[in-house]
Amino acid sequence: MAASETISPERNAARERAAEYLLSRHRFHWQEALPWLIAIAAYFIFPDRMTFGSQVLVMVMFALSLDLILGYAGIVTLGHAAFFGIGAYTVGLGAARLGWTEPISGLFAAAMVSALVGFLTGWFLLRYRGLTLLMLTLATAIMLQEAGNLRSDLSGGYDGLPGLEFKPLLGIFQYDLYGRANYIYALVALAVVFYFVRRIVYSPFGQALTGIRENIRRMHAIGSPVHRRLVTVYTIAAGIAGIAGALFTQTNAYVTLTVFDFDNSAKVMVMLILGGTGRLYGAFIGAAVYMVLEDHLSKLSPTFWQFGIGLLLVLAVLFARRGLLGLLEDASKYFTKRSKP
Amino acid sequence: MKFMRWLGLTALALTVGGTAQAETVKIGVVLPFSGANADLGHQVDKAFDLYVKLHAKDIAPHKVEIVKRDEGPPTGAVAKTVATELITNDKVQILTGFVFSPSAIALAPVVTQAKVPMVIANAGTAWITNLSPYIARLSFSMWHHGYPMGAYAHDKIGCKTAALAYTDFPPGKDSTEAFKTGFEKAGGKITEAIPMGSPVQVPDFTPFFQKIKDAKPDCMYVFIPSGAHATGVMKTYGELGMRKAGVKLIGPMDLIPDNKLQDMGDAAIGTIVMGNYAVDLNNPENKAFNTEWHKAYGKDSYPDFMSAAGWDTMHAIFDAIKKLNGKAEDGAKVIDAMKGWTTNGPRGKVTIDAATRDIVQDENAMEVIRKPDGKLGIKVLGTTKAVKDECKEQKVGRCGS
Amino acid sequence: MPHFAIIAVSILFDGLAYAMFLFITSVGLSVTMGLMGFVNLAHGAFAMAGGYVVVSLTKDFGVGFVPSLVIAALVVGAVSAVFERTLYRRLYKSTDLEQVLLTIGLAFMAIATATYFYGPIPKSVPLPDWLQGDINLGFRTFPSYRAFLIALGAVLIAVLWYAFERTNIGAKIRAAVDNRRMAESVGINVDRLFTLTFAVGSGLAALGGGLAIQLFGLNPSFAVLYLVLFLIVVAVGGLGSLKGTLLAALVLGIFDTAGKYLLADAGGFFIYAVTVVVLLIKPAGFYGRE
Repeated sequence: MAASETISPERNAARERAAEYLLSRHRFHWQEALPWLIAIAAYFIFPDRMTFGSQVLVMVMFALSLDLILGYAGIVTLGHAAFFGIGAYTVGLGAARLGWTEPISGLFAAAMVSALVGFLTGWFLLRYRGLTLLMLTLATAIMLQEAGNLRSDLSGGYDGLPGLEFKPLLGIFQYDLYGRANYIYALVALAVVFYFVRRIVYSPFGQALTGIRENIRRMHAIGSPVHRRLVTVYTIAAGIAGIAGALFTQTNAYVTLTVFDFDNSAKVMVMLILGGTGRLYGAFIGAAVYMVLEDHLSKLSPTFWQFGIGLLLVLAVLFARRGLLGLLEDASKYFTKRSKP
Repeated sequence: MKFMRWLGLTALALTVGGTAQAETVKIGVVLPFSGANADLGHQVDKAFDLYVKLHAKDIAPHKVEIVKRDEGPPTGAVAKTVATELITNDKVQILTGFVFSPSAIALAPVVTQAKVPMVIANAGTAWITNLSPYIARLSFSMWHHGYPMGAYAHDKIGCKTAALAYTDFPPGKDSTEAFKTGFEKAGGKITEAIPMGSPVQVPDFTPFFQKIKDAKPDCMYVFIPSGAHATGVMKTYGELGMRKAGVKLIGPMDLIPDNKLQDMGDAAIGTIVMGNYAVDLNNPENKAFNTEWHKAYGKDSYPDFMSAAGWDTMHAIFDAIKKLNGKAEDGAKVIDAMKGWTTNGPRGKVTIDAATRDIVQDENAMEVIRKPDGKLGIKVLGTTKAVKDECKEQKVGRCGS
Repeated sequence: MPHFAIIAVSILFDGLAYAMFLFITSVGLSVTMGLMGFVNLAHGAFAMAGGYVVVSLTKDFGVGFVPSLVIAALVVGAVSAVFERTLYRRLYKSTDLEQVLLTIGLAFMAIATATYFYGPIPKSVPLPDWLQGDINLGFRTFPSYRAFLIALGAVLIAVLWYAFERTNIGAKIRAAVDNRRMAESVGINVDRLFTLTFAVGSGLAALGGGLAIQLFGLNPSFAVLYLVLFLIVVAVGGLGSLKGTLLAALVLGIFDTAGKYLLADAGGFFIYAVTVVVLLIKPAGFYGRE
C-alpha cells in the first residue's frame, strides 16, 4: 500500500495547519494597517509638523531598502548611503542643470540610475563577504563623495544645489510652507514601494533570499543561483534607496554632498536594527522612533542623546535582538497566551 | 464743565499712554548645539544671551522671546526642517543664527515664501544675500577678508609670490578666490593652489605644507574652517620650520580664532591675518564687550569674531524692533528698518548696505605677537575702512546673479 | 640633491611617520579580530580614551608626555580587559552584525562621555622640549616629533615581533589564530589568552591615540572618524597578522602621503582606491587567510 493512503487524520490535520500557516503569512493582517493609519492620522493631528513628517517617511523608505539586503538577504554593507546620494543627485542635477522639474518622473529616473549603479557595483562586490565586503562598500561610497567634491562645479560641493524648484504634483498640488503636499506625496510613494517590496519578500524569490541569509552553503549546494539572486536584490534595494534620496531632494528643494556621508549609512542601519530586521515593518518603527526621539531628546541635551542612542543599541543587542518589533511581538504573544484559558 | 474737560483730557491721556502696548517679539535662534561644531554655536549663543540680558531695557516696554533650536550638521536638511517649524509652529517673527552656509541656502526659498526676515550671524558664502530679499547678514563674506588681504600682502607685507592652501569645500574656494583676485590685481603671482581634503576630517597637513615649503613662495595664504583645523595648521607650520625657511603665513582671521590662540604657542607669532575682530581690538565698545563677557562667563572664556558678530546681530534686531515700536509682524518692514543701519560695535563701525543687505565693516590687518603679560595677542598693523563684499560689487561668478 | 629625490625623501619620511601611527593603533584590532573573530568597533574609542588620559595627565597633573603615554596605555588596557570579561565575552558566538552594533553603541556612549567631561573643543598636549623643533640633516629638516614617532614605531615592531615569534605566549597566540579548536584541545587556555591580547591591543590603541594628539588634535569624534582608517588597515593587512598590519600601514601611509603631496586635488582618494584594489585581488588582505 502507498504511504499516502495510510496517513492518519491527525497527520492530515497537522499538514493542513502547516499549509495554512505558510499561506497566512502572505495575506494581509489587520495589524499591518496600523502603521499606515498612524501615518495618515499624523497628517491630521500634527498639521504643523509635516516638514518633519516628510523626512521621517523618507528615512522609513531608506531603512526599508536596507532591510531588503540586510534583513532578508543578510548582506552587511556600510555604503548604502551611496545609492541614497545617487538618487538625490539625479533629481538635483536634473532640476538644476537640465530643467527636469517634474517630480514623479524624477523618482523613476532616480530609481533607474541608482539601480544601475547598484547592479554594476553589486555584480563585482557581492562575490565577497564579511569584513571585505564591508570595507569595499564603504570605500565605494566615500570615493563617490570625493568624486562629487572634485567636480564641485557640477555638484555644488558641500554648499550644494540651492533653490531647486519642482513643478506641482500632477500639475495641481502646490508646495506650501507647511509641507502638506510633500507629506502626502511621500506617503503615497512609500505605500507604492512598500507594496512592491512586500510582494517580493513573500515570493519564492524572497524565500530564496532568506535561505541565502540563513545558510549560504546549503543554497549553493542545492544549486540555487546565489550570486544572481544577491545581485538582483541589491539592485532593487539600490533603486529604492535612490527613490528615497530623490524624495529627500524634492521635499527639501536642496541637496549637498553630505547625503553620501558615512554617518547616513550608519544612521539608517541603527534605525533598522532598533526596529527589527527582516520584518518590513521594523523599518517603520525603527525610523519613526529614532527620528522622533532624536527630535525631542537632542533639544534637551545633544550629549545625552548620543549617550542614550549608544545605550539603546547596547541594550538592544543584549536583550532585544529582534528589535522593537520583536519586543512587540513577544508582548502580544504573551498577552494572547494569557487570555487563552 | 471744566471738571468734565479735565476728566476727558485725563481719559484721553490715559488712552494714548495705554496704546504704547507692550509687544513680545518672538525670535527663532538656529545654531549648532550638538556635534563637532557645537563650540561655534555656543560662541554665538553666548553673545546673543549676553546682549539680550544687558539691553532688554532698551526696547522696553516690549520684550523678546527667544526660541532656540539645533541647526544640526551642515547638510541644510535639519536646519530647514527646524527653521520651517519655528515659523509655522512657534510662529516666530524673526529668524537668526545660522553658522553654516548650507542652512541659510536651504532656507532662502522658505523665508521668501513666509516673508520672515533671516538675520545671519555667521554663514559666509558671498551670494547668500542674493537668494532672498528677506535675508540680511551681520557677519562677513569670505571676500571681506580675502580680497583686501590680497592687496595688503603684495603692497605692505612684500609678498611677490604666494601659495594657496585650503580645505576643499566652498568657503575654502571662495576665500582663496577672493585673495587671488585681490593679489593678482595688485601685481602678485600665485604659485599654486592646494586643496587639503574635506572639512570633515582633520587631515595631517604635513604633505601639503611640505610641498609648499619646497616651492618656496614668499607667502602662504591658508583657509581652514575655524575650529579643529586651526590648531593643526599652526602646529604643522611650526614643526616644518616654515617661518625660518622664509614662507610667511597669512590668511583670514579664521586662522587664529581667539579661543584657541593661547594653545598655538610660539609657532603662531608673526602670522598676519585680515579680519574684522580680535579680542585685543582697541575701541571702547570692545573693551566694554570683553569686560561684560568675562563677568558673565569667567576670565578664561574669550569672545571671538563669531561672538562679536552675534552681538551686533542682536543689536541690529533690537534697533529694528525699537524703530518699528515692537510691531515686527511685517517681515519686509523689519528688513527695511535694517537697511542702512549703522553702529559702533566691538568690531568698530558696521553698516548694513541698503542695496545688498550685507555688512560693510572695517578690515584690520593683524599680526600675532606675544604681549607683555606673556599671553599671545594681536597687534593691528593697518585698517581698511568700510569694506564691502567685493564679490557682489564686481559680480564675480554666482555673486552676479 | 636632485629635486625629485628630495620629494621622495619627504614623502617617505612623512609617510613613514603616518604609517607608524596607523600600525600602533591598528595592530590590536587586527590581532583581536583574527584571534577571536570579534568585530570591535569600539577600538577607536579606546584610542580616544588614551588620548584624553594623556591630556588630563599632562595638563592637570603635570606628568611628562612620555610617562603619560605609558600610563594611558596601561590604564586603558586594564579597563578594556574589564569590558572584555563582562560584556564582550557574551557575544563571541553572536553574529558579526550584533558585535558591530554592540561596539558601535559603546563607541557612541564613549563619545558622549568624552564630550561631557572634556567638551567638543579639540585639545592639544604640551610637549617636552626635545620633541619640539626639528633635526637638520643638511638638505632638509625633519620635525623631531615625527622622527620620534618613527623610532618608537620601530622599537614596538621589534618588541612585538619578538613576542610573537620567539616567546611561548606568542606561539600560543599564533596557534589560536590558526586553529582555535586545535589550540584548545592541546590545553591552551584561549579565553585567558584573548583577554591578555585584547588588553595589550587596546593599550596600544591608547598609545596611538596619545601620539595622535600632536598630529591631528583630539576631539570626541576621533573615536569614529579614525575608525574607518583602522578598519581599512586591518582589512588590507589581513586579520590576525602582525606582518600584514605593518605592510598595510606602510602601503597606505605612504600612498596617502604621496597622493596628498603629488596630486592634492584627489589626495584623499588614494587610500580608498588602494583599499579597493587590494581587496578585489586579495579579499583576505595581504596576509589574511580565506
